[in-house]
Amino acid sequence: MISADLKIILPEILLSLYAMGGLLLAVYTGKDKLAGLLTYATAAAMAVLALWIATAGAGNRTAFDGMFNDDGFARFAKVTILLSAAAILVMSQDYMARRGFLRFEYPMLVSLATVGMMMMVSAGDLMALYMGLELQSLALYVVASLRRDSAKSTEAGVKYFVLGALSSGLLLYGASLVYGFAGTTAFSGIIEAAGEGRASLGLLFGLVFVISGLAFKVSAVPFHMWTPDVYEGAPTPITAFFATAPKMAAMGLFARVLHDAFGGVTADWIQVIALLSVLSMFLGSIAAIGQTNIKRLMAYSSIAHMGYALMGLAAGTVFGVQAVLIYMAIYITMNIGTFAFIMSMEKDGQPVTDIKSLNLYARAEPGKALAMLVLLFSLAGVPPLVGFFGKLYVLRAAYEAGLAWLAIAGVIASVIGAFYYLRIVFYMYFGEEGEALDKGRSPVLWGALMVSAAIIGLAWLPGLNLLGVESAAAAAAATLVN
Amino acid sequence: MDNLLSIVTFIPALAAAILAVFLRGEDAPAQRNAKWLALIATTATFLISLFILAQFDPADTGFQMVENREWLLGMSYKMGVDGISVLFVMLTTFMMPLVIWASWGVSTRVKEYMIAFLLLETLMLGVFMALDLVLFYLFFEAGLIPMFLIIGIWGGKNRIYASFKFFLYTFLGSVLMLVAVVAMFSDAGTTDIVKLMSHEFASENFSVLGIQIVGGMQTIMFLAFFASFAVKMPMWPVHTWLPDAHVQAPTAGSVVLAAILLKMGGYGFLRFSMPMFPVGFEVMTPLVLWMSAIAIVYTSLVALVQEDMKKLIAYSSVAHMGYVTMGIFAANQQGIDGAIFQMISHGFISGALFLCVGVIYDRMHTRDIDAYGGLAVRMPAYALIFMFFTMANVGLPGTSGFVGEFLTLMGIFQVNTWVAAVATSGVILSAAYSLWLYRRVVFGDLIKESLKAITDMTAREKAIFAPLVAMTLLLGVYPSLVTDIIGPSVEALIHNYDLALADAPSAVKAAASH
Repeated sequence: MISADLKIILPEILLSLYAMGGLLLAVYTGKDKLAGLLTYATAAAMAVLALWIATAGAGNRTAFDGMFNDDGFARFAKVTILLSAAAILVMSQDYMARRGFLRFEYPMLVSLATVGMMMMVSAGDLMALYMGLELQSLALYVVASLRRDSAKSTEAGVKYFVLGALSSGLLLYGASLVYGFAGTTAFSGIIEAAGEGRASLGLLFGLVFVISGLAFKVSAVPFHMWTPDVYEGAPTPITAFFATAPKMAAMGLFARVLHDAFGGVTADWIQVIALLSVLSMFLGSIAAIGQTNIKRLMAYSSIAHMGYALMGLAAGTVFGVQAVLIYMAIYITMNIGTFAFIMSMEKDGQPVTDIKSLNLYARAEPGKALAMLVLLFSLAGVPPLVGFFGKLYVLRAAYEAGLAWLAIAGVIASVIGAFYYLRIVFYMYFGEEGEALDKGRSPVLWGALMVSAAIIGLAWLPGLNLLGVESAAAAAAATLVN
Repeated sequence: MDNLLSIVTFIPALAAAILAVFLRGEDAPAQRNAKWLALIATTATFLISLFILAQFDPADTGFQMVENREWLLGMSYKMGVDGISVLFVMLTTFMMPLVIWASWGVSTRVKEYMIAFLLLETLMLGVFMALDLVLFYLFFEAGLIPMFLIIGIWGGKNRIYASFKFFLYTFLGSVLMLVAVVAMFSDAGTTDIVKLMSHEFASENFSVLGIQIVGGMQTIMFLAFFASFAVKMPMWPVHTWLPDAHVQAPTAGSVVLAAILLKMGGYGFLRFSMPMFPVGFEVMTPLVLWMSAIAIVYTSLVALVQEDMKKLIAYSSVAHMGYVTMGIFAANQQGIDGAIFQMISHGFISGALFLCVGVIYDRMHTRDIDAYGGLAVRMPAYALIFMFFTMANVGLPGTSGFVGEFLTLMGIFQVNTWVAAVATSGVILSAAYSLWLYRRVVFGDLIKESLKAITDMTAREKAIFAPLVAMTLLLGVYPSLVTDIIGPSVEALIHNYDLALADAPSAVKAAASH
């Protein structure tokens, strides 16, 4: 029944239509004139969609013969993706407009990337997976080089594109192997062909290539090399976008492929994921120590955080998936706030990214410094902030799956990682008197920073209980793993 | 009142929030308001906490005034006190107003300073009241944040190094505990401390990489907790963060660190290590006892050669904490009573000693022992008070310092006479370094030009010391004030510990008896 199928993917269709309609509208009304309005409209549309998906959807439905899943897991991921994309759009409007690169393509490309992400987390078939992934990636390559007159931004886009193409190639190669040995591209077929216990050698090769391709998208070591350069080169609002929604989408896709298609042969991929996880945690923590550019530092920080999220995935259990979802939701909340802060760092109107420029920031702007302090300690995983609970969930998942060594490695990496977060606190609070940054002038950025810090600082309190994310993630995880 | 404990815990945090939201500006009236609000809040906390003491029934060895609310992940927000924790709560609420009052001279970023100390008080109180493992961990670790800022912002010359060392050292210690917490959660299916105490963790031997682990999981988990508590305590050889932190911290920071934060390690041993991993505790006892004995002698010797007053007192603290671990691991009534007593009394005495250093530091801005001499001439009142606390630190009978040392030594003598013999020599050494410090600072002729104009203590400073003198004397001559409260709970603790050991697998007992 085609109409029933279409009904299930209605949110995706609507967002695509919106993006195309927006493009036409902007072209006919004189290009960038409407860019600001379109940015806000897109954010509003995404927020409405998120609300709709969160409240309307129920049960497990599949469309197009299992190509597309609409289950609790997909809905959780989609709501997170839509809300974070909307938040980033609102935050970037003023920043980009003042620097003269707010083009109407930006909100439209972000919408299209978001459609791709929604496809990714709903994929029930290798074809659907690839479609979603490429739709997302192509839009992101363009967004990375949105600042055409900046050599760094262009470089970031090209780098991202070349390496991204390579990873897509790996993924496709893996997918073709899987198809060859399983005889089908549908996840439901693959899981039957793979059987229980151990997968055949050919399927295993396919699995490893698929994992490599996906590891690139979540920037897990050793497929992380693009991350620092792209984060540094891309304009800050776009870096913020890269650090949030696409990470959730890629992690969701990762979980879906591993559990929906290879859920019977967990023993085959647990080791691989555990290795990716431990490498990411350590490299992310150690390499960030030497960074002086806050965007590069956040790149390494995100690598380390992906390592922790993968730790939950490595557990291969329902609780593990729940831990991943909670971890990602927390990670995204922290990153929105942190990037709101980074976007507001400027001197004489020019963006500044050197950590040293934060000297004694706490004296000039105690409120913002305090909010950033909360976020940084949370990123470091210090209790009682919410970031600690994310770590607690993944540690418990890993421990219960018998990966105690991974949990121990994780906490040791978190101590190393604490050093560079503390270094930012050090500049803000203990530093020497230097030239001060401009006073923040964007109320939107201020609001985003404060809301994010308030959630991170308070949501753990008894009574707030992580704002219900825990039970939502539990329900979502239960639908993915059976 | 059903939620008395939460009220006490969160009054300081509430005051901190009020300061953060409503107080604006850095001018003199704003600073004065911040100081007064902090003082009022901490005093109110102390007064309300007296109700805890009044309601507390020493004969009941269970947890009292328990509050329980649901929380995340099947954990609960559960608070309560028993004979072991109630006095630490009182120590904290008692010391904080004095600490705030002693900070009256602070003039930079006063608002943040007071917020940091108020938050720290909430977190410290939470540590002693939490009856949920994760809640405990939360309070335990969160205390690092304000302390990191206190040392880093208001500290001395080398404060950056000290604050980073403090944070990373203690953080590394406690993340291993976190893994053990997760393991306990998985194993017992609950984080409720009361239930965990009656849960038997596996203690069958197993081998890892060919090494036989006597006591099995219990030993592993004991060691994970030990990593955290030993650093917090601090025990030799992981004490090296403490002298740095003490020296660089502002006076009030040193007082809190010495008087309260150091007690969390000892409290942790009594609350977790001993009742939850009795077999691991038993297996590791000889090692810990010798570490304590070495700590007492070694750090006393190190204290002898210090040029910096705060460093000397810091090393003396490490030595005194050695008596505490020794008493705890003696695992008998005298030992544990003595250990708790020593912790309470050390809270008053070391706190007062750091305040004594603060008094002359405020005047001369140096802590070098060589910069002083002959202070008795111009500061008779100071000389008297400093002498009193020096004597108490030595363990003079009649002061509380004596009771703690005597009880722990008596406890350990029944268990291991060699350790007792080594530790007793520490008493002599402590007399040596304390008296020598006193002689160099206070006695002799006042020949240094810079000291000629030094003034004696102000009325405010005297008033800060008065309650500390009173408590030190009171507990010194009437120790059963403390032992009556802690006695029954300690007895129950030891009883359960012995029962658990009697049930332990015989292979463990054979190994442990060697």
